[in-house]
Amino acid sequence: MPKIKIPQSRLLADREAIAQVSRRRFLGYAGAATGLMAVASSCKKEDMQSSSTTLEGVDLGSGDPGILNYAYALEQLEAAFYIKVIESQFSGITSNETSLLTDIRDHEIAHREFFKNALKEAAIIDLEVDFSSIDFGSRDSVLSTAKAFEDLGVSAYNGAGRLIVTPAYLVLAGKIVSVEARHAALIRELIAAGTFADETAVDMVTGLDGAKKPADVLAIAQKYIKTTINASNLPTY
Amino acid sequence: MNFDNIFKEIEKADPEVSGRLDTRRSALKNFANYGGKLALTAVPLAFGSMFKKAYAGTTSTKEDVLAVFNYALTLEYLEAAFYSQALLSPNLLPAGPINQAIQLISAHETAHVNFIKAAIEAAGGTAVESPTFDFSGGKGSGEGSFKTAFSDLALFLAVSQTFEDTGVRAYKGRAEELLGAGELLTAALQIHSVEARHASYIRYLRKQAGSGVGNLKPWITGNMSGIGTNLVQASYNGEDVTSQASIDIININGFPISADAASEAFDEPLTPADVLMIIDGFLVP
Repeated sequence: MPKIKIPQSRLLADREAIAQVSRRRFLGYAGAATGLMAVASSCKKEDMQSSSTTLEGVDLGSGDPGILNYAYALEQLEAAFYIKVIESQFSGITSNETSLLTDIRDHEIAHREFFKNALKEAAIIDLEVDFSSIDFGSRDSVLSTAKAFEDLGVSAYNGAGRLIVTPAYLVLAGKIVSVEARHAALIRELIAAGTFADETAVDMVTGLDGAKKPADVLAIAQKYIKTTINASNLPTY
Repeated sequence: MNFDNIFKEIEKADPEVSGRLDTRRSALKNFANYGGKLALTAVPLAFGSMFKKAYAGTTSTKEDVLAVFNYALTLEYLEAAFYSQALLSPNLLPAGPINQAIQLISAHETAHVNFIKAAIEAAGGTAVESPTFDFSGGKGSGEGSFKTAFSDLALFLAVSQTFEDTGVRAYKGRAEELLGAGELLTAALQIHSVEARHASYIRYLRKQAGSGVGNLKPWITGNMSGIGTNLVQASYNGEDVTSQASIDIININGFPISADAASEAFDEPLTPADVLMIIDGFLVP
């Protein structure tokens, strides 16, 4: 087992946060955004499916709520990963790395919770992750996984943008994807200088970053998610 | 690049296209014939002229998309010219990682110019010409505040950061107008995230290399530029919002998310008017 360092203040903060969230869940998200309420109320059918786990897995739903749930699922995965990275820091981590990875953790938690509140009743359940293939004590293992997740996240948002119908959601996805791209570039630089946008990330002929369809993204992400995700009702192209 | 998908998109957007299917098919066939002979770098241009043939003699139904793409093209001309000039400037870029990184970024910006031109022609439009630039920021006088940008590495990187961060915001500001544009929207997003990768790298490099950048990070904290002049502040104003779609991000659902993290987690758009105001000093009238 790798040596696990958990700052006590952090642990207490997390416990308090979890307690607060539990209370809020119990009470319901009474103060959640009015701007996005239309989504939640316009997709009651999806609600019935998306909040339950069936034999086919957790149904992301259809239309824009389905795409938002898709993003929510990926943000759940990323947030869970970085929470674990900061809880059990790899050996030899520098203060610079701790600071940057803590920032990224907070960004991913912000994204995750944003989608949860935006989706309200349409939000899928909390997914169970499977990080058994990751050695959190190893810098190589952690950073290569981070790189894979961030590049995948960029490709996922880039590939899903065209499936969004509501203009405001497209802009929101845009606000998030460029932050994921900033993460991806930084993680790549931590691994090897000059790789922030090399030919493994960006096509050298067109200058285009990656773009992947939801089905292709989930096929890769599912390895790290125990809960089966059902994307069969998502819009496609 | 999936050419077949782009054809399908254009057919969907323009039902009349079926009347040009023969042209389309022969265009595809022509491409298949010539594809093997083309240098890789010529592909976007070949793809553009192929579409121009298919759309010859018709009026485009994609004015919005064309306007956005010509706007994007102008910004890419600016960036491409900026990095080309940097690479031609003696004693600016130290040999090694920095020089290599700027070569990579320069290659991407040039690729973006070629790709967007091709896409515009593909959609039946006319690509705008490149403006003439004055990277001193002096509107053609050559005497602007950034006149040493090609001899002073720190200043060069500060201007580079501003262009990249502004580019990210500019694409985002017009994403809505590409709604329903299918493959063309995807392409714009694919360029947008490359600009964000560039911005992240330049910001990280400035932090590693320099002093006087404050607590500069690969992501944008508040409306902080990390650049010691107000001249670039317009590129960062409005980045400090901590609420998205009326959802407050600070301490969201009880998680300890600071105002800094809340602002960093979301990049903000800029309107064309804001962007044109920002780049105005770099354009020779």
